[in-house]
Amino acid sequence: MNAHNPSGWRPAMGEGSDAECDLVTHSGDRALMVEEPLIFELGGGDKCGVDFDGPEEPPLASLEPFLRKEAPVLPGLTEPETVRHYTRLSRQNYAIDLGPFPLGSCTMKHNPRLNEKVARLPGFADVHPLQPQDTVRGALEVIEQLADWLVRLTGMNAVAMSPKAGAHGELCGLLCIRAALEARGDAREVVLVPESAHGTNPATAAFAGYGVESIPATPDGRVDLAALEARLGPDVAGVMITNPNTCGLFERDMKAIADAVHSAGGFVYCDGANFNAIVGKVRPGDLGVDAMHINLHKTFSTPHGGGGPGSGPVVLSEALTPYAPLPFVARGPDGAVRLVEEEDGAAELPGSFGRMTAFHGQMGMFTRALAYILSHGVDGLCRVAEDAVLNANYVLRSLEDLLDAPYGASGPCMHEALFSDAGLAEGFSTLDIAKGLIDEGFHPMTVYFPLVVHGAMLVEPTETESKAGLDRFIGSLRDIAERARSGDESLKAAPVFAPRRRLDETRAARKPVLVWKEQEG
Amino acid sequence: MSRYFTKDHEWIDVEGDIGTVGITDYAQSQLGDITFVELPAAGQAVKKGDSASVVDSVKAASDVYAPVSGSVTEANGALEEEPELVNSDAEVGGWLFRVKLDDSGELSGLMDRAAYDAYVAEL
Repeated sequence: MNAHNPSGWRPAMGEGSDAECDLVTHSGDRALMVEEPLIFELGGGDKCGVDFDGPEEPPLASLEPFLRKEAPVLPGLTEPETVRHYTRLSRQNYAIDLGPFPLGSCTMKHNPRLNEKVARLPGFADVHPLQPQDTVRGALEVIEQLADWLVRLTGMNAVAMSPKAGAHGELCGLLCIRAALEARGDAREVVLVPESAHGTNPATAAFAGYGVESIPATPDGRVDLAALEARLGPDVAGVMITNPNTCGLFERDMKAIADAVHSAGGFVYCDGANFNAIVGKVRPGDLGVDAMHINLHKTFSTPHGGGGPGSGPVVLSEALTPYAPLPFVARGPDGAVRLVEEEDGAAELPGSFGRMTAFHGQMGMFTRALAYILSHGVDGLCRVAEDAVLNANYVLRSLEDLLDAPYGASGPCMHEALFSDAGLAEGFSTLDIAKGLIDEGFHPMTVYFPLVVHGAMLVEPTETESKAGLDRFIGSLRDIAERARSGDESLKAAPVFAPRRRLDETRAARKPVLVWKEQEG
Repeated sequence: MSRYFTKDHEWIDVEGDIGTVGITDYAQSQLGDITFVELPAAGQAVKKGDSASVVDSVKAASDVYAPVSGSVTEANGALEEEPELVNSDAEVGGWLFRVKLDDSGELSGLMDRAAYDAYVAEL
């Protein structure tokens, strides 16, 4: 019995209203469910949120050719209309603060509010990268302390803090590898990428100027070591391996892979996007990794998925450290932290491949990540990895009787559970299951990725969901899976409770409408 | 005219030393709705087994591999406006490009219709 509500009564959802009611409102809205127009359709050009005075003096003659001839096409809105428009739109969004976000490979975990509090301290939030170093000692100290944590947690030699996101970090790692190879006069042409790697890996290798060759996966979902060894040779610059991989499995042969690559003269890049599953448990440096990016916005819970920018520091082995990008932070003999830029870099890091970013990295992400690390401690970070893996295995084992788990027999999964569309009724697909989840009030999982599995569904619950929360999600997914297995046609219509029904994704891709244009007449 | 198939689900019709290349009906059914086709330019040299074209669908972007080596003579421009032809007519109107074969001997490694159908039935 609930002491705060002894009778237990509460009004039922939709009682005497909603779907059964055919009342059409004048506004088109239904109470808090609003039918929000485009911002250009809201206003009319007769209003403005700000009063501008005309120029006090006529413009300079030299600026005459640049004067605007016609009024700009802007929506004419007052400030409250503008605020309401975006606030109303935001209420139709789905976010991690509203419910689970089980997007496999994305690590959409809760962002602790403590991180936000720390990031908003004026000494961190209100600084400018061009301020004199003496005025930003605290911010530089944060970068250095975070760098130290990242190096220790990964067992590596150094870290480049400036890359802005995962793929940017991949590029940083490959540019280090290229610089190291060129420094020894050994231009190589090919980067090997296993099928179980992230999709950004081959794109990065190509962008860095390498040819890309694929290495097949074994039937249990891991890198085929024999195939990899057979392909190694003097033309191979390195391999890019995602570990844990996109099948949600730990690459057990990582050390053997690294040894083979090294003895063939190449380097090992590890995609660390899935570091969340092994943080505090495994040090990639011990596995022979030469470079690995860490998605602060995944493992260390900085805002993600539209909530904020990414940040992808790259940890480096001793062999690659001399080629790291500028600028970087260094602690001097006096204990003070300073920035090393081009003026000093030529002497202190002559092999650096150069600069990737205008400034020093994503400061807001650094403070959040350091707050997360310090509030967890090493033991807490170990628990993060353990609970992330436990939750994923709970999802995997709770669903594998209804959803095909192609690697269910390959042992425990890591931080994500992978299912295929095998066993669904004829005509039912992964897409139907994803749309069904929307009706159940959940963001769908990652679908049709990884490509090695037919109709893939990749579920990453993360460690921040409680067992009760996981049980709700699993219950919903079991219900949908049963409907898809039995051929319940109503599932093909999902979502039926969302503000919009099933959208024509094909048309959106073939004939996208990307800009607003004023209607003729 | 003879038609050959690859394990990567391309087909090639060969007439004289010109081959017409497309993806099979099975391939389009697996990809789902095609949204865009990146076609090779006329004159481009292609090597057997290398990527010659890219087919984007709602699910994925997939490379189309050249079944033979040669140089591209023309691409199916109709696909620029109507990529859906690859879905509706994969093995005739949805052809991707034509190629002048370097070596018709390369065809001997490809499958005929019966062998390809048996291969697909195994998948």
